[in-house]
Amino acid sequence: MKTDDLIKAMVADNASIAPPISRTLWLALAAGAALAAVHFLSLLQVRSDFAYAITHEPRFMFKFVFTLGLAIPALMLVLRLARPDGEAGWSKWLLAVPPLLLATAVLLEMQAVPPEHWSVSAVGSMPGACMKYIPILSIAPFIAMFYALRNGAASSPTAAGAAAGLLSGAIGAALYATFCVDDSPMFLAIWYVAGISIVAALGALIGSRLLRW
Amino acid sequence: MDRKARDAEWSDLMRKAIGGDDGAYTRVLSDLSQALRSTVRRGFSGVSARPNEVEDVVQEVMLAIHLKRHTWDQSKPISPWIMAIARNKMIDDLRRKGRRTEVPIDGMLEILEAGGHEDAIHAHDVKIVLNGLKGRNREIVQAISIDGHTAQDVAQRLGMTEVAVRVSLHRSLKTLAETYQETKSAGNKT
Repeated sequence: MKTDDLIKAMVADNASIAPPISRTLWLALAAGAALAAVHFLSLLQVRSDFAYAITHEPRFMFKFVFTLGLAIPALMLVLRLARPDGEAGWSKWLLAVPPLLLATAVLLEMQAVPPEHWSVSAVGSMPGACMKYIPILSIAPFIAMFYALRNGAASSPTAAGAAAGLLSGAIGAALYATFCVDDSPMFLAIWYVAGISIVAALGALIGSRLLRW
Repeated sequence: MDRKARDAEWSDLMRKAIGGDDGAYTRVLSDLSQALRSTVRRGFSGVSARPNEVEDVVQEVMLAIHLKRHTWDQSKPISPWIMAIARNKMIDDLRRKGRRTEVPIDGMLEILEAGGHEDAIHAHDVKIVLNGLKGRNREIVQAISIDGHTAQDVAQRLGMTEVAVRVSLHRSLKTLAETYQETKSAGNKT
């Protein structure tokens, strides 16, 4: 087929254009987050002192600062990297903010808590559940974001997949945080970070295969 | 015409095309195919590609432009978007053929070159592409592209609805793009 013939076929197919990729990604995020919330309610429940803790307990509040603080730059990255000419740009530096805040919080915690209690704070009451539920709760947003990204055209499938994984992991972690009673930044720095990292790594791995076009 | 004006023209045509203007779409695609031909040839200058290899990549880029045009942010110039697609496809093509990929594709391809009209003469027949389609799908693509029939004509002749013809056409274009992907992974194995 000559290229000019191919053009005729493409023009005849002009009406078939997909919705703008940013709209698809936002819809996928909304659907994925809503499904994850339903998923959460079917497995766990919001902790009974939620209303008090979210207004009075800074350690509890910080769990959302950290997880949602990761979700926002991860979403910006996904929106950018879904396009062939998309570059991470300055949003990748925003990604450094939550870890820096967490490091600061851990240092403050080390001041506030005597060393003999550090291990108790770090291990918490249910470290295993955290590593298990964060990936489980991220399944719905993960699938939704990948579905939408396949509709895009990422120049770097691995990076786009990692960003989608990070976003999903952060959503899963924010949901799990409403149930979890381990609030120490030390706990967060180990178990939440591990749970989110697993999902981000999986995103990179799957992205490198599934997001080629 | 300078680079900026050309980009503005292409961006404008593509916006109209996305809005449903088939005439604008024909114009921008044929302009772009010429620009891409010289750009790809220049990008491959270090690896002595045969003309039909260049045309192969041009068609692959054209298909990607068509199937992924909803990923172009209409508020931005279109050339960087086109070049990003072209660069991806050229690197893929070189990788597929097991050639060294450190050919200077990156630095030298910042800009999309305007192609001369004489380039169209070098447009080679790339037959292998249609082999990825079967039966009726192939018939429909052939009727519309090579024989120049409208979807309506084809529908009448084949006793199908126009919608069915359009669906088949769209699916076929996707299949053609995937055909490249498959030759790609086959190339990786060898």
